Amino acid sequence: MLVSYNWLRNYVNLDNVTPEELAEKITRSGIEVEGIEYLAPKSENIVVGYVKSCEKHPDADKLNLCQVDVGEESLQIICGAPNVGSGQKVAVAKPGAKLPNGMKIKKVKLRGVESNGMICSLQELGLDEKYIPVDVAEGIFVFPEDAEVGVPVQELLNLDDAILDLDVLANRPDALSMLGVAYEVAAILNQPMELPDENLTVDESIEAKDYIDVKIDSIENNPYYGAFIIRDVEIKPAPLWMRNYLMASGIRPINNVVDITNFVLLEYGQPLHAFDYDQFGSKQVVIRQGKVNETMVTLDDQERQLNENNLVITNGKEPVALAGVMGGADSEVTDETTNLLLEAAYFNSASVRHTVKQTGLRSESSTRFEKGVDPNRVKRAGIRACSLLQKYANGKIAGGVVEVDELDKSEKSVTVTTAKINQRLGMELDEKDVTSVLSRLQFEFSKNGEEIIVQVPTRRLDISIFEDILEEVIRIYGYDHLPYTIPQGWVQAGGLTDIQLLQREIKNYLSSAGLMETLTYSLTNEKDAKRFLTPDIEEKPAYSVGLAMPMSEEHSHLRLSLIPEMLRVLQHNVARTQTDLAYYEIGKVFISREEEITNQPIENLHVAGALTGLWHNHPWQQEKKPVDFYVAKGIVEGLFAHLELNVTFVQTKMEDMHPGRCAEIRLNGKGIGYVGQVHPLTAKDFDVKETYVFEIDLESVFAVHQLTPSFTDIPRYPSVTRDIAFILDNDIPAGDVQAVIKEIGAPLVKEVSIFDVYQGEHMEEGKKSVAYRLLYQDPSRTLKDDEVDASYQEIIEKVNNQFGSYVRS
Amino acid sequence: MKEELQAIESEALAAVEKAEDSQALQEMKVKYLGKKGSLTTVLRGMGKLSKEERPIIGELANNVRASITEALDAKTEKLERAALDKQLETETIDVTLPGNPVHVGGRHLLTSIMEEIEDLFIGMGYEVKEGPEVETDYYNFEKLNLPKNHPARDMQDTFFITNELLLRTQTSPVQARTMEAYQGNRPIKMICPGKVYRRDTDDATHSHQFRQIEGLVVDKNITLSDLKGTLDVFAKKMFGKDRKIRLRPSFFPFTEPSVEMDVSCKVCNGEGCSVCKQTGWIEILGGGMVHPRVLEMSGYDSTVYSGFAFGMGQERIAMLKYGVNDIRHFYTNDVRFLSQYHQA
Repeated sequence: MLVSYNWLRNYVNLDNVTPEELAEKITRSGIEVEGIEYLAPKSENIVVGYVKSCEKHPDADKLNLCQVDVGEESLQIICGAPNVGSGQKVAVAKPGAKLPNGMKIKKVKLRGVESNGMICSLQELGLDEKYIPVDVAEGIFVFPEDAEVGVPVQELLNLDDAILDLDVLANRPDALSMLGVAYEVAAILNQPMELPDENLTVDESIEAKDYIDVKIDSIENNPYYGAFIIRDVEIKPAPLWMRNYLMASGIRPINNVVDITNFVLLEYGQPLHAFDYDQFGSKQVVIRQGKVNETMVTLDDQERQLNENNLVITNGKEPVALAGVMGGADSEVTDETTNLLLEAAYFNSASVRHTVKQTGLRSESSTRFEKGVDPNRVKRAGIRACSLLQKYANGKIAGGVVEVDELDKSEKSVTVTTAKINQRLGMELDEKDVTSVLSRLQFEFSKNGEEIIVQVPTRRLDISIFEDILEEVIRIYGYDHLPYTIPQGWVQAGGLTDIQLLQREIKNYLSSAGLMETLTYSLTNEKDAKRFLTPDIEEKPAYSVGLAMPMSEEHSHLRLSLIPEMLRVLQHNVARTQTDLAYYEIGKVFISREEEITNQPIENLHVAGALTGLWHNHPWQQEKKPVDFYVAKGIVEGLFAHLELNVTFVQTKMEDMHPGRCAEIRLNGKGIGYVGQVHPLTAKDFDVKETYVFEIDLESVFAVHQLTPSFTDIPRYPSVTRDIAFILDNDIPAGDVQAVIKEIGAPLVKEVSIFDVYQGEHMEEGKKSVAYRLLYQDPSRTLKDDEVDASYQEIIEKVNNQFGSYVRS
Repeated sequence: MKEELQAIESEALAAVEKAEDSQALQEMKVKYLGKKGSLTTVLRGMGKLSKEERPIIGELANNVRASITEALDAKTEKLERAALDKQLETETIDVTLPGNPVHVGGRHLLTSIMEEIEDLFIGMGYEVKEGPEVETDYYNFEKLNLPKNHPARDMQDTFFITNELLLRTQTSPVQARTMEAYQGNRPIKMICPGKVYRRDTDDATHSHQFRQIEGLVVDKNITLSDLKGTLDVFAKKMFGKDRKIRLRPSFFPFTEPSVEMDVSCKVCNGEGCSVCKQTGWIEILGGGMVHPRVLEMSGYDSTVYSGFAFGMGQERIAMLKYGVNDIRHFYTNDVRFLSQYHQA
């Protein structure tokens, strides 16, 4: 809401407060002033002049030579505006004047003829192009005839005004009107206020009811409709002061009738609509819901398709306006209009909201209806408009208003006590502190012992309970008076849950392991949402969750995997020559098990990693280690070792992954993730080079993880190591043999590690040598050689039997 | 004999002093102290000595042996040290060459901020609660005093999935869920961090996905002053002990009264500068006293219990604290941005 400081002065005395001070006070009391704009404060030495004569410049077709009376003197001025003419009163920048754009006016010669000043347009005087009335948009501004020659234009054109931009939130629709702001400012400044003139002299010879009838078929959406009749209006420009205030408030003046309805809209916060009575099409206003297949052409010349959710104003036959949103083209006020039907009505906010959402038409009117208007101001606004139409359009006001009125205009009452207010604020206010705020807000109240019964004016739709009055008291009294305290009483030990601690631990590990945490979007495109699924998701049919109305295809579906967006992050960095990257992320994936979603999806926390480029690079020592499968797997193994959980890795095939370089990660036999190389074709899709990724379902980890590890005594007896190298067929996984050795060797074999893998020269075709180191240990005694030897022989025998291998000599 | 011993000693000490390598020292050891060495030879004549002289000469001989041994050992050590020094000299390297790089990763800046805020409130006795990111209309709006068609719903543009399912626009549903779970019969002190989503076009100050952190305290006799005091502690911990706060009235459907909190600008110390748009204050967060309808809807008797709630955007806190100038940096994950803040 743009609030003109000069306009506001009509209702509240602002003599002792500058626009800046006022803005600060309003902000601190509840409505944020987002900015202050001065219209054109720097205009100097610009006065009203009278164009005595206007002739063509002897040497230039498009220039006029004007003799202009500026009061003390007469100036010869050359003017190029097409609309200049003798007898006009115009804005003259005299020599020495300075325009808001910084231009200084000097005496000059134009094509040999002297010009001693400049006749100005409103643009040149600093007004915003889009608010300038159409009739003077293409040339100089022409004052009304009664403008006094020689008077500075600054005040006359309201150029010294300061415009306060109020950010009015949904709870304060009252501040969408000058009167509402005036009540607020009067309370803040503790000043009395003056209300506008609503006096009206009606023409006794005409009766509104002879011209119009009102019928409402949809009373819940339209509980009040008042129809005023104004005859014989003279369409012309509105008075200058009104046009000034409209321009200052961001509304372009049109003509007196339209300007008056807009002026009252801003003043009272009550939208009005003026129909051309003679074009209305009947003598009856019927308000009803729209019909399917019904259409109408609105003021903006658009044909609108209606339905039963639109409230429409009709002439009994066809719609003439979308109630509270926009009028129809046929009954629009034009220069030829002489008789008016003025509508002052109360439209239900939900109904207007619906039409606005459907049509996308949001206007000064619809915004106010949507947020709610003061039921007690609807009719008064109509009267105020009639009074102005009488004065500034020479209209004859018909007696009586034709109305249907089932509107609840009663005031709410709210009971408070000073003690309860103090209890909730943590303060010690006196009763008079409370009642003084109520008086400043012009809320009536009565007392009953300790109780203060507050009558809430209907302009304040936001106030209905104790807490609302509490807020009024503290915001006007001042938040700065609140003390600083910390909640007393109940105490608990704060802290993180085991699962939250575990997440931090996983981040500690991955960060220390050299991976950088990323944060990517949960929303991705439809195709990528369903790629790189972990085995636990693949178990059953899984569907990605799509938005009903996405803003773009890139962010239309919730992810089932963290990897695609992480690959996009890699791509972003690689494209900026950052080629060696190791990233991880912990975030949710969203799994729906329904083809048509009806329930909230399953949200599982995942951890994922993506690595590309060099893992280690020490150039001058010629040490370069690119990321490979085993780097990625090592990180995963390290993670589970850190978490003290045993996982196994099984060769697997996944779409989007290298067919020979991908392992499923299993915890207690259940697939919970994968690690491997991104398929080269997929990598190409994402515009990345050789890339390794892993992703693990953390919910499966949380389910089995014990946060407190149990104590194992440090071994006191020596261990024994034995090495064996098996010659195996190439396709036998070394890990399978490792697992079997461990199984056979238990419980004496504590660890089995692989320390050499060899293929190639001196090796039979299709065979490989894998060397294992076995660590024997017993926590309670020193092992004897012969028992170790026996175990060792048993292992060799059984492995050879199972895998068809033999020991390398 | 005494003279002979003394002569051997001085000759040996002089010879050791002159020796230039361990080979020579070894030869001297044999020459003076060996089985056929000069000292042994002299001592063979001990039998000829009188009973009185024998112990005197014996002691002298032992002293001479000790003295020569000590000189030999000292000289050996000296020569070995010289040899080592010489060898080490040849092992000199260029210490200005770079060392082996150690790659440490790190947390995302927003994680660091989130954990910092969490720890601050955990220290004041808050528990950390989480909730689903795909929410129902009921918990995201209705339970927070935002019935369908409420005009304040326009304040947040929502990503709907169905008429009833949506991406949460705020972390407040976690408050509603917690209150409901506690059934109105115990006090609450909690914070809830998490991702939220709104239909905003991504630009320097907007992101369709961002993170909030909210706090809720419910107990008997919780006051607005308690909120002010708590936020003051928060602001001073996050932005420095010299910061001041102020509360301004605002509007949120789930709190009444509602406030916004400003922190005095640390760039200009409240004097007014371009960062704070000349106001001296920077808007940080919103909060207020929990609306009685919100308490009642979750089973808390609003005549017995009262509470305060507050909420903030983590990105905003991070941007203000570290001077980050574009919210998109958090989601672009440029390594040159991330590595500026890696706190492992």
